Amino acid sequence: MPATVITYIIRRLFAAVVLLFVVSAVTFAIFFLMPKLVGATPETLATRYVGRAATADTVRETAQRLGFYDPIYQQYWEWVKGIFAGADYSYGSGVEHCPAPCLGYSFRNHQPVWPDLLDRLPVTLSLAIGAAILWLLGGVAVGTISALRKGTIFDRAAMGVSLAGVSLPIFFTGLLSLSIFSYNLGWTAVGGSYTPFLDNPGEWAYDLLLPWITLALLFSAQYARLTRAGMLETMNEDFIRTARAKGLRERTVVVRHGLRGALTPILTIFGLDVGLLLGGAILTESAFSLQGLGKYAIDGITNYDLPKVMGVTILAAFFVVIANLVVDLLYAVVDPRVRAK
Amino acid sequence: MNSKRFITAVAAGAAVVMGLSACGGGSSSNGGGSGGSGGTNTPAFNAALNSVFNPSDKKGGTIRVANAGTWDSLDPGETYYGYSWNFIRLYTRSLVMFKPAAGNGSSELVPDLAESLGQPSDGGKTWTYKLRKGIKFEDGSAVTSKDVKYAVLRSTDKVTFPNGPAYFEGYLNLPAGYKGPFKTPDINTDSAIQTPDDQTIVFHLKQAFGGFDYFAQMPQTAPVPQAKDTGAKYKEHVVATGPYKFAKNEIDKGFTLVRNDQWDQSTDPNRKALPDEYDVSMNVNADDIDNRVINGDLDIDVTGTGVQPASLSRVLGDPALKANADNPSAARTWYTSINPTVPPLDNKACREAVEYATDRTAYQTAYGGAFSGGDIGTTLLPPQIPGATNFNLYPAGPDNKGDVDKAKQKLQECGQPNGFETNISYRAERPKEKAAAEALQQALQRAGIKLTLKAFPQGDYFSQFAGNPPYVKANKLGLVLNGWQADWPDGFGFLSQIVDSRVIRETGGSSNTSVRIPEVDKMLDDAIGETDKAKREADWGAIDKRVMEEAVVLPGVHAKALLVRPKKLTNVFVSQAFGQYDYLSLGVA
Repeated sequence: MPATVITYIIRRLFAAVVLLFVVSAVTFAIFFLMPKLVGATPETLATRYVGRAATADTVRETAQRLGFYDPIYQQYWEWVKGIFAGADYSYGSGVEHCPAPCLGYSFRNHQPVWPDLLDRLPVTLSLAIGAAILWLLGGVAVGTISALRKGTIFDRAAMGVSLAGVSLPIFFTGLLSLSIFSYNLGWTAVGGSYTPFLDNPGEWAYDLLLPWITLALLFSAQYARLTRAGMLETMNEDFIRTARAKGLRERTVVVRHGLRGALTPILTIFGLDVGLLLGGAILTESAFSLQGLGKYAIDGITNYDLPKVMGVTILAAFFVVIANLVVDLLYAVVDPRVRAK
Repeated sequence: MNSKRFITAVAAGAAVVMGLSACGGGSSSNGGGSGGSGGTNTPAFNAALNSVFNPSDKKGGTIRVANAGTWDSLDPGETYYGYSWNFIRLYTRSLVMFKPAAGNGSSELVPDLAESLGQPSDGGKTWTYKLRKGIKFEDGSAVTSKDVKYAVLRSTDKVTFPNGPAYFEGYLNLPAGYKGPFKTPDINTDSAIQTPDDQTIVFHLKQAFGGFDYFAQMPQTAPVPQAKDTGAKYKEHVVATGPYKFAKNEIDKGFTLVRNDQWDQSTDPNRKALPDEYDVSMNVNADDIDNRVINGDLDIDVTGTGVQPASLSRVLGDPALKANADNPSAARTWYTSINPTVPPLDNKACREAVEYATDRTAYQTAYGGAFSGGDIGTTLLPPQIPGATNFNLYPAGPDNKGDVDKAKQKLQECGQPNGFETNISYRAERPKEKAAAEALQQALQRAGIKLTLKAFPQGDYFSQFAGNPPYVKANKLGLVLNGWQADWPDGFGFLSQIVDSRVIRETGGSSNTSVRIPEVDKMLDDAIGETDKAKREADWGAIDKRVMEEAVVLPGVHAKALLVRPKKLTNVFVSQAFGQYDYLSLGVA
């Protein structure tokens, strides 16, 4: 690998670390600074974590336990310190050590966040990667055919279907497809099914088939439209005419010259989409009751469980950054013009 | 490959990807009733409301349970959800419990860990229980009264166990400065609870409390072995005393209960323990739960709050589905607080004008109608609470749409002949409350009372906004959408937190925002100390009436829920104590 590429990667990784800190600080501020700006006190914040009949003493002690009396910068610093040095948390009858990287300790569950994230990551990874492969292949294929057969019934039908695919919300298509294919026809697994890949790859794919298809339907529509537009433009370029004039096979012209040129913007958006999905496909995981990162984040938000939300946010930001880096590096592979620069 | 063949190949690939493909899988089948004595096997609407549906003593099988959210806690010392108190009886045993029986019997208290109900002495300030012999923890060690004492004491530590009810620390004669066994292990607590021998436990209260058996039925009296207590993490592995124990427990994801071989049927007259296993999933999509229960792919929606709006019309509209549904009442009232701290509602006649002008039918519709919303209420106490009486101090006309003339007359009386303006608050996340606020807005407009809607986040609703007296006054929240469910079907359980002015905190957090009647506080104290059950129950009815006379509460609906009966289970019946199916007696067909 050339030295310039290595320097580029190091520079990007450094920027990624800075970005992660900014994201974490902003998330922290949303939870603690903003309520303070509209008048919340440590006690009112603590009332979210005490029961219905808590006394003023209990509220104060809880605020103390959760560190709400400390200045916000100190609370944030404690959190950052935990990532590198670990932290200790009391659970009443004892103290639990949360080893580095300690991304916090759930206010509600009394569980360190990091192992929970690791536990849920395979579900989200499986969902995102499987669906991404489907939508990329499907979307690009349909878009390519539509471009090559512009104005035909296939083109119009495919673009019509993709418009519907983009428009239909996943909680609707998800529940509808579960109802039809899982409960009425019994073809696919019921909601909430998940088998780890290493336990049984066949079961893993069977369980995730419907979520994959539903999620891919949503995304592939967008990719089909993008590919079609890109292909229409590229196929009119001079170099395509030259390729054809050289006597290349149509397949080579379309795939090696046409598609390759149209793929760069697709790759950019693909990197972003996959990165975002790795941070949790909230709606899909909710519709299919999959215990992934998205569901974990929702649980954290509804219960004001800040450490959970912080954990998922950081992980999601990390994936977006990494996915973008990979995409940038892939540009060079896909588009020779970038390499030349 | 020429271009046509290439395009055809791509198209075929695309069809596979974009089309909705499918592969093999099983199909569901219906389970039939296995018969048995009593009850019914004929599907009909409300068949399991007052009798046992599909009675059977057949053992074995797995009951599949789902929860759209998560448990507040699986720890008996901390849990406060009604469904959890229903379910927890599978793995723990408290001193007393609600009888697992169909119909009215389900509201009766029966001894569980104890040999009999509590024996009061000292005018109701001391309560004694004798434990049954032969009860063991899942590890085979014997349960003693000290384990019960420890369990109750640890539950008073509200920093470690924030979610649980706070009745014990409120009523037990605990020494000053006591903060539970973790923080104050050396303080002697015999002034509150004594254990003269391994089978006897004696509770000492600060004031007489006639209904102490209701406290004793709370999961907080389920024994906890001190040596195995891990504080806030005990919920990860509760040591069982009931017929089931945890085989697997993934917090917030799900758990599996299997048979506890140390549970002895001869010590337990209440539990049948029919299935071999309970398989519980959490964080499951609520609409998906409905679909799966309707199709028989799932047995129990554990929260028992009824089907989602999407399934409601489906179940009610299909006679076959409706015949497999029940419509029990919950001991819950959805109501509106009328705050006398906000002028001109400090004038009783102005408050009465609100009562008269309300369109009660529209209020009911806002909450989902008769089946999923509930019955129109004219009292604060729901009808199934012993002592509740049926009265209507503010008749809303023959069609229940409000008596506008009478409302205008009352406005005249309170010096606001042209009406007045005030605000009405509701929880932003609750569309039914918003709809009810809009219904009130329209109805009261007819009499000249102009309401402005104010939405607040439910997490801070009582602590910072609608339950925060200075905020209520400063922001003129004249009306506050509210609701309350009894901790147990008894007047104390229902009324104590919503009509006692002494629970109102200036710092916020109380559900009582409007009832500040010294006479009612006194009536409550008298009723609480009354050990004669019949007299006590009559007192609750009288308190309800006194509160309604002051027009500080506008009752909306007495809640009901539409439940879909599990297709493959036996012994299905509604427990009135919980307003949902009794989870203790179910079996697999």
